[in-house]
Amino acid sequence: MKKEVVMIISLVIISAFFMVVAMSLTFGSPAMTDMDDYFLRYGQEQTGTNNQCTSVTFDFRGFDTLGESTVLFCAVIGVALMFRRMQGGEEHEDE
Amino acid sequence: MRMSRIVRVAADLVYPAVLIFGLYIVAHGHLTPGGGFQGGAVIATGAALVIVAYSYAEVRKWLSGKVLMGQEVIGLMGFIGVALLALAFGQVFFFNYLNASGSLFGTPVPYGINAGELNTGGFVPLMNFSVGCEVWGGLTLVILYMMSGIQKEAT
Repeated sequence: MKKEVVMIISLVIISAFFMVVAMSLTFGSPAMTDMDDYFLRYGQEQTGTNNQCTSVTFDFRGFDTLGESTVLFCAVIGVALMFRRMQGGEEHEDE
Repeated sequence: MRMSRIVRVAADLVYPAVLIFGLYIVAHGHLTPGGGFQGGAVIATGAALVIVAYSYAEVRKWLSGKVLMGQEVIGLMGFIGVALLALAFGQVFFFNYLNASGSLFGTPVPYGINAGELNTGGFVPLMNFSVGCEVWGGLTLVILYMMSGIQKEAT
């Protein structure tokens, strides 16, 4: 009984907190739009792509994708190392 | 432990469709939603389907880990190489030197709503192809390693 009361009170407090955050946000009219306007206006001419997501990830923010590829590469190396260990020193075909 | 003939025939039929769909997502990355990462993930899902239908030991005979690792390395090196090639054109790193040049992927794109053409995008399609190659190899390799771990427990 006591547990349920505590749960209900905490639920009310958490939902009130989220409601305050959600009400204070202005959906559809963000505070800063300079960068978005620039990408939407000049992205097609400067990168030649109709898909603006790809133009941002591969052209404007190319360094970000370079880091992402490196992270994927390191993740594959980590998985390879871990599963090689788990097989108890058995010689695996590849590193 | 391979699955029944029905499952294997269905996997045989579905796998080319999955492969073509993934390559379509990679090739149209600069026109439609998607790109190198998403297309490579779709292709790797096809590899998981084949491994489930046939057994791990049987797939391992004709799917070499060395080839997949080489594919991943070639993809990452191609990504960096395409970006570095901008220095040869007298531009900065990651500059889109092929855009509106009239050559490969160089058709200029006007501002506004247009139908979209495959021969546009500058070096973005090349980037998409190299990243798709890398994700294809990398995720398939991860799936292969994890399946090898499961195989030890099951038998």
